[in-house]
Amino acid sequence: MMIAKTGLIDRRSLLAGAGATIAAPAIVRAQGKALKIALMLPRSGFFAQAGQSCYRGALATPKVLADLGYAVEIMHIDTESSNDVSRTQAEKAINDGAQCVIGAFESGNTIAIAQVCEQRKVPLICNIASAPQLTGQGYQYLVRNFMTGPGLVTNGLRLIGEISKAANMDLKTAVFMHSNDTFGTAQAQAMGKIFPTLNMPFKIVESIAYDPKAQDLSVEVTKVRGVNPDLLMIVTRAGDAIKLTRDMVRQKFQPKAIMSPGSPGLYDEEFFKAVGPYADGFIYNLPWFNVKSKMTQALEASFKATNPNHRFDLDGFNAGFTFEALLIAADAFKRAGASDGETLMKAIKATNIKDHVMIGGPIVFNEKGDNPNIGSASVQNIGQKPTVVYPADVAVAKPILPFPAWQGRK
Amino acid sequence: MSVSLYIEVLIQGVLSGLVYGLMALGLSVIFGVVRVVNFAHGEFAVLAMYCAFVLFGLAGVDPIIASLPLAVAFFILGYAMQRGMVQPFVTRPQHEQFILLVGVALVITNGLLLAFGPESKHVDLPYSFDSYTVGGALIDKVRVYGAAAALAVTAALFAFFRFTSTGTAIRASADNLTGAAVVGLDVKRLYAISFGLGLACVGAAGSIMMALTDMTPMLAPSLTLLAFTIVIVGGLGSMTGALAGGLLIGVAEAVASLVVSPAIKSMVSFGLLVLVLALRPQGLFGKAES
Repeated sequence: MMIAKTGLIDRRSLLAGAGATIAAPAIVRAQGKALKIALMLPRSGFFAQAGQSCYRGALATPKVLADLGYAVEIMHIDTESSNDVSRTQAEKAINDGAQCVIGAFESGNTIAIAQVCEQRKVPLICNIASAPQLTGQGYQYLVRNFMTGPGLVTNGLRLIGEISKAANMDLKTAVFMHSNDTFGTAQAQAMGKIFPTLNMPFKIVESIAYDPKAQDLSVEVTKVRGVNPDLLMIVTRAGDAIKLTRDMVRQKFQPKAIMSPGSPGLYDEEFFKAVGPYADGFIYNLPWFNVKSKMTQALEASFKATNPNHRFDLDGFNAGFTFEALLIAADAFKRAGASDGETLMKAIKATNIKDHVMIGGPIVFNEKGDNPNIGSASVQNIGQKPTVVYPADVAVAKPILPFPAWQGRK
Repeated sequence: MSVSLYIEVLIQGVLSGLVYGLMALGLSVIFGVVRVVNFAHGEFAVLAMYCAFVLFGLAGVDPIIASLPLAVAFFILGYAMQRGMVQPFVTRPQHEQFILLVGVALVITNGLLLAFGPESKHVDLPYSFDSYTVGGALIDKVRVYGAAAALAVTAALFAFFRFTSTGTAIRASADNLTGAAVVGLDVKRLYAISFGLGLACVGAAGSIMMALTDMTPMLAPSLTLLAFTIVIVGGLGSMTGALAGGLLIGVAEAVASLVVSPAIKSMVSFGLLVLVLALRPQGLFGKAES
């Protein structure tokens, strides 16, 4: 009975089918106007704070792109900070018509998505993800507009050396603390390889890996106190940066400097909200947005309109890279004039965008799919605001070193 | 590394362990009496954390002080939940109990996500960044207060079971259900009280934990896992075991972090779990089934 019923075509179905047939060319034309992009971000789960920050950047993007003559249709997808969810959601997004995928802030999640995109021949543009293996495995449908872990560490260490020299800091010993997730481990491996080659003025006396999801980091800080280094180098996310700061204040641990050779966490809104005045003094060496760029100013204006309750200076890093990934996709689509994976990917690889948001040269991709022109700056939290303090040509303030005392902050 | 640092870490382990123990105690009480495993335990802890967060936001109530009213509120919630939802499942197969409580867990987590979003929440207490100096050791003030509150709630629960007639009746029905029914005890009511007490523990523990750490709805599964690890190590159904298990896990994690590496914290807990399951399956304080 049921089988017979499904085989019947009534008047309503016939009309709907006819309507769909008539409308089909219009749908195809509409698809031709705007590139359908699956923006995959960890908007819940452990990386939610960063994912939400990227998302806010994406909300501000269409207006800026429209003003530049680009049109995009963004499918917002939550990876839930999980590799498995990332993989299945990437499949679903492509099945739902995504012509390009952008994401996914976290390297592990991005690797999971990359495997799907490679299989389905759909371009993947990494907004933020630093694990070297992403572009080291010969993927044909992947580019990354972000630094690799070794690149971050090399630039980060170089800047630590230069900024401490400029501030006449005599740093002899350092402890390196890093989260033991994909990103932190990649950073630690890069540190192990690169540090001995850079002839730094200090030596790393202890390297401590920790679980960023731990309830607290009190024992970890106690362990660092036991070593009492001049410099604490940290690779964190927002959640563990908060725990680390609380425990350092409680344990009155006061090294000469606390610097990150390149990691998130210390500039996140969540961090500033949680630790308030204790956020000041931390220095992080990262790719950063160029406040002097007109496109940055346009993005900031749109960001303020779409996210009135959030600060662009705190979201600028995540928002900027997410915007640039969307810009790369839209620009490639406009040049290619087609959305099939192969043609679009060719156009993406031929990208050359001179005016953009982040510090550095034109956006181009090398044979591996990395952008070699991304620059780094030293940013310090001053007055609870991320402030570029080095190098001098992009700095807006001088670095405050040695690290200001915890006591008496309000 | 100086001796005072080792002492400091030991004390931190004990203080954390007391709060862990209180949370696990709730799981143990429910299983010990009702014989239902609360798979939504971590979710109730997180629910309590959010309640404490809201109380702090609305009325400025310190989460450690809020543990008392929240324990009462969660007792009522647990009592009502057992009467209205769990009781029909008490005699049903365990997989049906599992599905019911996993369903409750999903509803809580997703409800919290809808209401509060995925970002982590915290409370700014005036003493969040303060510490005591004892000898050469620095002890977090917030952890001392949290542990003291956890100890007080635990002591009250032990006293209830030891010195009140209802507590004695609950212990009797846990020991011999048929006997308890034969002498005329209202077993269903005692079950509801036990479930309420279990949730009161988790309500108090969650509220205290809000003072110690940040939270998101996604924190719940790790808390459930932690509670399970503790009660299995201590002995499922044993109140003393839950407390001892909490202390053992807290201290073992802290010492292993200092002596070996912080990255092996979880491995130490699960290593202990495997060891206990292999050598003493009933747990350190559990009774072997005859």
